[in-house]
Amino acid sequence: MVTASPEVTYNSKIEGDITVTRADAAINWLRTNSMWPMPMGLACCAIELMATASSRFDIARFGAEVMRFSPRQSDCMIVAGTVTYKMAPVVRRIYDQMAAPKWVIAMGACASSGGMYRSYATLQGVDRIIPVDVYVSGCPPRPEALLDALMKLQSKVRSEPALKKQFTAA
Amino acid sequence: MTTDVDLPTAVSQQFPSATPRPSLDCPAFNVPAGDVLAVLQYLRDTQACDFLMDVTAIDWSAEASPRFTVVWHLYSSTKHNYVRVAAACESNVEPAMPSAVVLWAGADWHEREVYDMFGIKFTGHPDLRRILMWDAYPYFPLRKEFPLAGLPAEMSDADINAEIGVGVISAPMAGGPFVATPGEPMSDAEPRAKDEAWNEKKEKPE
Ligand code: SF4
Repeated sequence: MVTASPEVTYNSKIEGDITVTRADAAINWLRTNSMWPMPMGLACCAIELMATASSRFDIARFGAEVMRFSPRQSDCMIVAGTVTYKMAPVVRRIYDQMAAPKWVIAMGACASSGGMYRSYATLQGVDRIIPVDVYVSGCPPRPEALLDALMKLQSKVRSEPALKKQFTAA
Repeated sequence: MTTDVDLPTAVSQQFPSATPRPSLDCPAFNVPAGDVLAVLQYLRDTQACDFLMDVTAIDWSAEASPRFTVVWHLYSSTKHNYVRVAAACESNVEPAMPSAVVLWAGADWHEREVYDMFGIKFTGHPDLRRILMWDAYPYFPLRKEFPLAGLPAEMSDADINAEIGVGVISAPMAGGPFVATPGEPMSDAEPRAKDEAWNEKKEKPE
């Protein structure tokens, strides 16, 4: 309740550098700006993923430059490439080992739908084994498209209740 | 590529059972399965074909007999010529062929691939396992009766199969495989004319 008395309202001289906010907003702000990717570079799309990470496109501007090769330390799996049926159980295991909250970007036609590989050996879309948050079209997608996907994912994370129970793959 | 004119005569003198095989490029021979190791060894030791470039196989169709033919490509790193050797498998049901690992260590993975794709057993191979598909995969994908889209099967991890239901499913072919067919007008022959993906122009039938 706002009163005229300066003693009762927020006084930065007394309180110091304090910001009052909602827990959701603060937690999601942290999550969106340090989303460490798990690079699942499985085929040619991984080259564009590398380009996105390096200086010209610089995914570090979005706080996602820390490619972690340990699932324990990563938040967002970027499936970049063709997932074969031989590799699919491995992808799922690594996803299971990531600590919640965790998100998935399916980068490119292959990861999203099997792409041009309509064959006995290729998983027809990585969403058959793990829940996907953002799909990126293209074969391969340009780095800008991946950055756009990351921004879409950030805005999704920003709007999520931060403390809700994280879903697991159905 | 240079062809060695003496090589075909030398081989047919040495091995009367080897018959010339129609070939547009390098010398090629059909050899009975029993003689194949001797021919390969002769080519390696006497004709300096020291490099085994490739081992592959042909499935002529489920009705054909002999059904499977194994093909070896050799190259000479000193004379710079190629030779092709082919041998038909005796059995159409359980095809087998002597392994060339005793001659070239590099035959190991080539033969594992041929086994994986065609189910041809290489007798004498030290470790004949699948190399591309996982060990428990039940089919041989490059056999003629196997559909390109694949057949339902389990993936290699039992937990994950249980979790997602059916592991391997047949891929939706959507009118494919998209190869141009000769003889038709271009508008019908082109791969894009065969696309059966549903869109605004072509509604999905109920
Ligand atoms: S979508 Fe295209 S570029 Fe990406 S992995 Fe598949 S084939 Fe390669």
